[in-house]
Amino acid sequence: MQMIRFGFIALVMLALAAVPAVATAIDEPFYISLFTRMLVLAIAASSLNLVLGYGGMVSFGHAAYLGLGSYVVGVGFYHAANDGMDWALNGWLHLALTIIIPGLAALLIGAISLRTRGVYFIMITLAFSQMLYYFFIGLERYGGDDGLSLWYLSDFGSVMDLNDDSQLYYLAYGLLVLVLFILYRLVNSRFGMVVRGAKSNERRLMAVGFPTYRYRLVAFGISGAICGVAGFLMANQSEFVSTSEMHWVHSGDLIVMVVLGGMGTLFGPVLGAVGFLMLEQYLPELMEGICHIIGGNSCGIAGEYWKMVFGPLLILIVLFARGGIDGLLQGKVGRNV
Amino acid sequence: MSEALTIEGLVKQFGGLTATDHLSLSVTEGEVHAVIGPNGAGKTTLIGQLTGEITPNAGTIRFAGRDVTGLPVHQRSMLGLARSFQITNVLADFTARANVALAVQAHQGHSFRFWRKAATDPRLIGPAEEFLATVGLADRADIAASSLSHGEQRQLEIAMALATQPAMLLLDEPMAGMGPEDSARMVEILKRLKGELTILLVEHDMDAVFALADRITVLVYGRAIATGSPEQIRNDPDVRAAYLGEETGDA
Ligand SMILES: Nc1ncnc2c1ncn2[C@@H]1O[C@H](COP(=O)(O)OP(=O)(O)O)[C@@H](O)[C@H]1O
Ligand SMILES: [Mg+2]
Repeated sequence: MQMIRFGFIALVMLALAAVPAVATAIDEPFYISLFTRMLVLAIAASSLNLVLGYGGMVSFGHAAYLGLGSYVVGVGFYHAANDGMDWALNGWLHLALTIIIPGLAALLIGAISLRTRGVYFIMITLAFSQMLYYFFIGLERYGGDDGLSLWYLSDFGSVMDLNDDSQLYYLAYGLLVLVLFILYRLVNSRFGMVVRGAKSNERRLMAVGFPTYRYRLVAFGISGAICGVAGFLMANQSEFVSTSEMHWVHSGDLIVMVVLGGMGTLFGPVLGAVGFLMLEQYLPELMEGICHIIGGNSCGIAGEYWKMVFGPLLILIVLFARGGIDGLLQGKVGRNV
Repeated sequence: MSEALTIEGLVKQFGGLTATDHLSLSVTEGEVHAVIGPNGAGKTTLIGQLTGEITPNAGTIRFAGRDVTGLPVHQRSMLGLARSFQITNVLADFTARANVALAVQAHQGHSFRFWRKAATDPRLIGPAEEFLATVGLADRADIAASSLSHGEQRQLEIAMALATQPAMLLLDEPMAGMGPEDSARMVEILKRLKGELTILLVEHDMDAVFALADRITVLVYGRAIATGSPEQIRNDPDVRAAYLGEETGDA
């Protein structure tokens, strides 16, 4: 079973690497942007997986770090475009700040949230992310409710040009691989053992001498920083920054991706993000198609009701496929409840 | 001989119930000091206060010459106070080796080490396997803790406590739920530790207590009604009336 699992994951990673070439060959550039979104959300879901899957901390506010990361790009663009501050478009600066600012925000939010447990933790992380959401809605200067269209993207000089969809795609791909490698080292290090141990039995860990709060907090900060990088990519991909990305619904989507793909496994969130976006993209067409096959009329409407199938479908997968897609690949079929 | 642990005027109330009632007690360095008493006497509550999980309402706890009453759990562990739990409390989804390795790791400085793989680190694995061997689990190192037998999990508890290289062990009913064979093995393990460590042993199994203890304190309703050598306790009329007589039927 491990062979099937590794084979499948390798296949997914290889297929992802080939997307721009294939999309260009068949003249369907749309695929590049769809798959860039997958990579971006795979990074965000992987960052959430560090705290949720490995650390047992159910953060319901990770969209906030995604949003903060994208606003770094948005704010930089705004000042470059309106105040002639050209340096504010510097891509390296954006990248650095999309690590630092969401990372610090996560440390602050975590410092308070991690004093609570269970449902309280879920609610307080949700509350903080909604606070940030409304804060940015109130920031009229940077577009407020309407968001901000980016005419210029993060500028990496002659190193790369993010206006080129393929280059942006490979940047996202490279960053995903880097993030996965860092997470792999992290969760297997001494630090990772403490974070995973605290998920398994925090009381025991304290009894052997670990101040678990500190380790959980640092994991939370690292998670926020990585999620910020996803936000940086998202802004450059959509050429648009808006508060809607920070909305709690997206925090929920990230949780679904992690659970769908397999919590606490390295590649689970990647599979989850790919699966989630595939379903979101093709379920409407699929339903419309099925409607035609069974000879229904006004099938256009069937396509519009895809969310009524999407939700229950996700719930079924989560309930009946222990360990998500990654669990299925390992042959762990069985109920979660 | 100096005192390893000194408890003075300890009080713990849960609502109207006094679980620890002006308890004073001292444990001499190197001795096995057993605490016995009927269910609900406050033995687990006492251990909880010693480790820092439970905050007493009054009184002081001195350990290794220092007042630890206000210290958090992890700092007391760092000072050399280790416990095992009455209800088995291990990391169920970790292997036996990983359980002990984490306890070893806790006492090798901070764990903000993000890069090197812990599972193959000889500084963790070496000692972890030694402690597993000490409790007779050497050949069970790769088994998930949840798949170990009850007796083995109890042994793992001890290995984890030992791995923190404590000066003193607080054992809360290490034989709880064990059959006679496992109990005998545990007594052997504890006998080997006797002399190397100071041990506070809470136990219901009177054979084990009399086999191991240098001194015994009898707790009833949170109060120490007697402290003395096993001989003295066996013959103490108060103890017999309150506890021993009915428990052992010893004439
Ligand atoms: N957290 C708690 N809240 C309320 N009462 C408790 C709590 N823990 C223990 N008690 C009560 O305190 C008394 C002593 O309990 P415990 O220390 O577990 O006794 P022992 O370990 O000697 O059997 C019991 O009456 C028990 O019900
Ligand atoms: Mg008890």
